[in-house]
Amino acid sequence: MRKILFILSLIGWWMSAMAQEKVDVGGIVIGHVEDSYEWHITTWNDTEVSIPLPVMVWSGATGFHCFSSSHLYPAGTEHEGLRIATEGRHKGKIVEGDVRPFDFSITKTVSGLLINCLLLLAIILTTARWYRHRQPNENAPRGFVGLIEMTVMMIEDDVIKPCVGPDYKRFSPYLLTAFFFILTNNLMGLVPIFPGGANVTGNIAVTLVLAVCTFVAVNLFGTREYWKEILWPEVPLMLKCPLPLMPLIELFGIFTKPFALTVRLFANILAGHFIILAITSIIFVTAAMGPAISGSMTVLSVAFSVFMNSLELLVAFIQSYVFTMLSAVFIGMSRAKSEGEQEHRE
Amino acid sequence: MSLLLPESGLLLWMLLAFGIVFAILAKYGFPVITQMVAKRKEYIDQSLQAAKTANEQLQRLQSEGDAILAKAREEQARILKEAKETGERIVSDAREKAQAEGNRMLHEVQAQIKEEKDEAIRDIRRQVAILSVNIAEKVIREKLDTNEKQMTMIERMLDEINNESCQ
Repeated sequence: MRKILFILSLIGWWMSAMAQEKVDVGGIVIGHVEDSYEWHITTWNDTEVSIPLPVMVWSGATGFHCFSSSHLYPAGTEHEGLRIATEGRHKGKIVEGDVRPFDFSITKTVSGLLINCLLLLAIILTTARWYRHRQPNENAPRGFVGLIEMTVMMIEDDVIKPCVGPDYKRFSPYLLTAFFFILTNNLMGLVPIFPGGANVTGNIAVTLVLAVCTFVAVNLFGTREYWKEILWPEVPLMLKCPLPLMPLIELFGIFTKPFALTVRLFANILAGHFIILAITSIIFVTAAMGPAISGSMTVLSVAFSVFMNSLELLVAFIQSYVFTMLSAVFIGMSRAKSEGEQEHRE
Repeated sequence: MSLLLPESGLLLWMLLAFGIVFAILAKYGFPVITQMVAKRKEYIDQSLQAAKTANEQLQRLQSEGDAILAKAREEQARILKEAKETGERIVSDAREKAQAEGNRMLHEVQAQIKEEKDEAIRDIRRQVAILSVNIAEKVIREKLDTNEKQMTMIERMLDEINNESCQ
């Protein structure tokens, strides 16, 4: 332990000796959580080491473009009439002149997303494959397959079954997929090196799609009772007749639920990335303040980073759990039966 | 601000990736796992039930065995008792029979003895009669060795007969 502390403060010492310019912490942090057209790994002696990713753009004026993103760097370089805007409304995005074409490039987030999807498929399908040649009367799986099975059953038995209600089987594949998708992406986002580190679930587009899926599942399979509760709730007539106040509020509620899901997941994961990056940046900020401060702050920063990473592991699980649980609760609410039906069922 | 605005390209990719992942996992992933776990649960439940039934059966068999054993013991006791009774009866019968036989033999013997005694008595009587006749003959022969004596005798006898017939 003491040795580790000593080595850390030595690194801080060395950093302070190397420090030349002011560090732009905001730029570093935002640059890491934002999407980009290449997967930046490190900068080594002023040389950018990064993985170029394919750029795919369709513009009304010049048609379809597909090329490696290495043509566009350093930022501002023009290729086939396209460049990455360095300022203005579309800063950091590909523009054609001043217009933003339809951009479906494999960006860092997209590639991270695809890698994580493949990983997720591999994990779950490996687990499913384990059962193929086995009978139910054989031993339960151990090790990795056992872990996945345990997690699947925990989510199904403790979250989906009680929240959705009697016909949970219909929704359990979606909810389980959402849970494992979010969990995989959250955890991969915490791995600092390639292929992890992409801020996938901390991107609002990703969480928006997930929330829209829940929204569709909730409203597409909503029962008559659910729609009646929204459009003609059991409140005093004055609240709904001349001016449909309650129905308006309820209708609004339909949209706030997925919005809350979107923002909760996005903000939690983004904030986690922000904090870890900011704490790591302390090392570089304090490097210019002299060897003593730099050394001690390095130790502090690493300690905080360890703590925050542990916390983020927890958050990664909790957020996927919460998303799944809330989705299950919303679906369960939309499967509401009128009291007569419920009694009949019972 | 760009952080808060969803990119259309990313939305598309996410929709595509999530949709494919969902389709694959919903078909080949999770149902396999959950069904297998459900089947295993069912199997365990069945096994528990079977174990319970087997246990009950075992208990029933055990109690049945105990009952059979008790019954056998009872039977044994009964048979022993019966055997004892039979033995006693046989012995007492034999004894009675022996006694009766003995009695019968005794009676027979007694009868035979009596008969023989009677015979003997009859024999003795005969002998005595013969003897007395002989003796009487001898006596008479000696007394009546003379004519006078014989005449006296005959006369007296005739008198006696006359007296008797007159009377």
